[in-house]
Amino acid sequence: MTQPDPVLEVRDLRTWFYTDHGVARAVDGVSFTVNAGESVGIVGESGCGKSVTALSIMRLLEEPARIAGGSIRFRGRDIVDMTPAEFRTLRGAELAMVFQDPMTSLNPVLRIGSQLNEAMTVHGPSAAVAARRGIALLGSMGITSPERAVTSYPHQFSGGMRQRVVLAMGMSNEPALLLADEPTTALDVTIQAQILDLLQALNRDFGTAIMLISHDLGVIATICTRVIVMYAGEIVEQGPTEAVLAHPRHPYTWALLNARPGLDQERGDRRLITVEGTPPDPIAHPPGCRFAPRCPFRQPVCDEHPTLQAVAPDRLARCWLAGENDAPFVRQPRPPRPAVEEIVTAAEPIMEVRGLVKHFRLRGGFLSKPSVVRAVDGIDLTIQRGEIMGVVGESGCGKSTLGRTLMRLYKPDRGSIKFAGQDIANASAAQIRPLRRRLQMVFQNPYASLNPRMTVESILAEPLRFHGLTAGAAATRARVDELLGLVGLGAAARDRYPHEFSGGQRQRISIARALAVEPDFIVADEPISALDVNIQAQIVNLMMDLRERFGLTYLFIAHDLAVVRHICDRVMVLHLGQVAEIAPADDLFTTPLHPYTRYLISAQPALHGPGAGSGRLKLTGEPASAIDPPSGCRFHTRCPIAQPVCAREAPPMRMLRPKHEVACHFAERLG
Amino acid sequence: MSASVAARPPATRWQRWRRQYTLAAVGGVLVMLWILIAVAAPLLAPYAPNAVELSTRLLPPSAGHWLGTDELGRDVFSRLLYGARISLVTGVVVVAVGAAIGTLIGGVAAYAGGLVEEALMRLTDLVLCFPPIILALAIGAALGIGTTNTIIAMLVVWWPKFARLARSLVLQQRSLEYVEAAVVAGFGPGRILLRHIIPNSIGPLIVLITLDIGNAIIIFAGLSFLGLGVVPPTAEWGSMIAAGRELVAQWWVAAFPGFAILSIVLGFNFLGDGIRDWLDPRSRRF
Repeated sequence: MTQPDPVLEVRDLRTWFYTDHGVARAVDGVSFTVNAGESVGIVGESGCGKSVTALSIMRLLEEPARIAGGSIRFRGRDIVDMTPAEFRTLRGAELAMVFQDPMTSLNPVLRIGSQLNEAMTVHGPSAAVAARRGIALLGSMGITSPERAVTSYPHQFSGGMRQRVVLAMGMSNEPALLLADEPTTALDVTIQAQILDLLQALNRDFGTAIMLISHDLGVIATICTRVIVMYAGEIVEQGPTEAVLAHPRHPYTWALLNARPGLDQERGDRRLITVEGTPPDPIAHPPGCRFAPRCPFRQPVCDEHPTLQAVAPDRLARCWLAGENDAPFVRQPRPPRPAVEEIVTAAEPIMEVRGLVKHFRLRGGFLSKPSVVRAVDGIDLTIQRGEIMGVVGESGCGKSTLGRTLMRLYKPDRGSIKFAGQDIANASAAQIRPLRRRLQMVFQNPYASLNPRMTVESILAEPLRFHGLTAGAAATRARVDELLGLVGLGAAARDRYPHEFSGGQRQRISIARALAVEPDFIVADEPISALDVNIQAQIVNLMMDLRERFGLTYLFIAHDLAVVRHICDRVMVLHLGQVAEIAPADDLFTTPLHPYTRYLISAQPALHGPGAGSGRLKLTGEPASAIDPPSGCRFHTRCPIAQPVCAREAPPMRMLRPKHEVACHFAERLG
Repeated sequence: MSASVAARPPATRWQRWRRQYTLAAVGGVLVMLWILIAVAAPLLAPYAPNAVELSTRLLPPSAGHWLGTDELGRDVFSRLLYGARISLVTGVVVVAVGAAIGTLIGGVAAYAGGLVEEALMRLTDLVLCFPPIILALAIGAALGIGTTNTIIAMLVVWWPKFARLARSLVLQQRSLEYVEAAVVAGFGPGRILLRHIIPNSIGPLIVLITLDIGNAIIIFAGLSFLGLGVVPPTAEWGSMIAAGRELVAQWWVAAFPGFAILSIVLGFNFLGDGIRDWLDPRSRRF
């Protein structure tokens, strides 16, 4: 074995924010090494210091953040002490970074080609050389017809394509190290799979070392050989990915792993393991083990701050209990709960949807004719009372539009929606108002779904008063307290404003608001996708509890298939406004009949460790557009088993297994 | 800005505040000063504002008449103090009422959409087609001289900019999820617009209102200068300048009301800029 050759050596890095309230120690004594050609992942909840570590390495910190101590050596040179001019010769050349949001990391008024060339010419090559290399690079990033791409503007590209361009820019000077900060978080799971494949290929073919930052262990597991787990500004565990995933030695890693349901996991209890609480305030870290306040395995010794110590060859952990054995943490047995399946008693449909169509007309430009987005294009769906119906699909498949049309936030163009026997598709706003009490919605973005200028009390009390559900101020107050209790927030939350709460707490308030009017049916539009994995688990558990208590029916819209499989009774797969497949959850995931479903399932990152994903179903190409959907079967342009008939005839919905319907001409081939 | 190992101490809260808000504080002090003067004018003024004394006409500034006297022997200082009342009241009334009308029209247009929006916004465009001062002058001339009539004339040309701003702000808010949540809760459009959307759009409106008061004061003084506005002999800065426009040697008659307008408008502008910075977290360093 050759001596490892470190590209990056971080020693005792301390990046502190000098705020008015005190010194926030965002990164507090972090040391690690990235060897040439290695791929290292950094994982942790938001606020654990992952991104600040990356920004420190790229020297992109802004006041009041300062590097308060430690060293960062890149190829043997200390970059903390370099002058800005010296560092600029490295940044973008030998050391490159890719950011999370591809929508904002390209300059919208410059052509792709000139941005790409500029990234190279500032570091040496002539314009002509750069232009040639740019086209070759875009080609190797999987962009079809790169000659045309260089003359395009960023807005002409989708998010996935833009991220490829950003990667091409990062790779343009063949850096020794590429920092990728949540590079796929803003993308669809199918596009995420393609970008991760690409990152892996860059690492393999160019020998570029990759430092990947993500909140998603699955993403890290897909491409990284080594993983670093951060908590409260410190490294709490470090080791080879497979070993860490198989036998975590720090309870935080264990919690991260268990909060996430496995896609291949049979469903037992629908509740997920969570650790309560949030990371500590970086201004006042607990003096002992920083995870101790949340740790289910806490011991008296944890009052003392543990050091990062070797627990096995190549493995470090910052825990007194990490010990010598391989599995120090075991699931605590939980009290048995009544089987949730029993709730679905009477097969009584609460929501019956027939031939639902919702199109959006886009205003045409000057001289161009207006186009129509076929967001929902003929959907039939029956939901039984007490059922959890999952809806999955890529963005733009019409899942949110479907949810909002069922809520009558949009008026459908055609079709019928029967809610509890009443037709609401054509009802006027005044006719719907009395039904609003029974139909509620929980939204995706906890930062936008609460009125920022109202206190929690007025947010919850307004619908109570409006619908006359409580008599008098005292009763309203009591009900508000009760609602806050239901969602696990104390009465102290009452007088505070939404911005004083974390994302997960806001989502609880949002759920309390939906519950205030005692609804029967709740549309949850990606209620957990903006949250950290541990908070996701908490919200899922809360939703399951509330369903049991109040006999709620959910339409659960999500893109995380693992969660959908875990909590839903039935799942509907949408593709470009139409139903591709609908089946009981376990059946759908064990025997998917539609090639699109298969594709979605295989794109989901799993905790297998790198290399295991190579058996993934690979599809090339971008999702087709709902403005001008393909003829016949809308999936045929991307489908690996498409035949000529697929382009001509739209496949009918067929029931091939009990309760398992699919719209594919050749579904039998997959069954 | 790249990081360096903690060499110089980070700026303190007070240093950052001073860097950003010194001008705003100056503006706030100027505005407060003029409000105090307007309120306390009867106590501060050494003479009655309209007391004619032909024996002392056109006196230069002196100990007896700090800012001199005008062509009818009236004390310029006293008239200046009383003039602050008219300027502040007209400025605030025009902008407040104009903002209210404009916000409602723009808000309704944005929230209703469709034909209502089209009709209201084209009406807005129609008013914006005319040069505002000329239009206000024409309407004011038709209505006749007088403070109320001039305010009405100004209001006709004043609301459209607020309608446009309010429309864009409401459009921004309307697509946010808390508004959808209000619809799902069953609330009607009036309640959603007034209780949920407009309170969340108020920040940029406040900025425009503050910056605009100065503007309204200038326009009102301009109209008075041209003979509209106040009925003589009411003390008003625009008409005081008009009275002094031919008196080149007696510069104090026109110059001091001019400085008064300058300082009050500057005050409102500095204050408005400060409020804008304070409301915009991106420009807020403090």
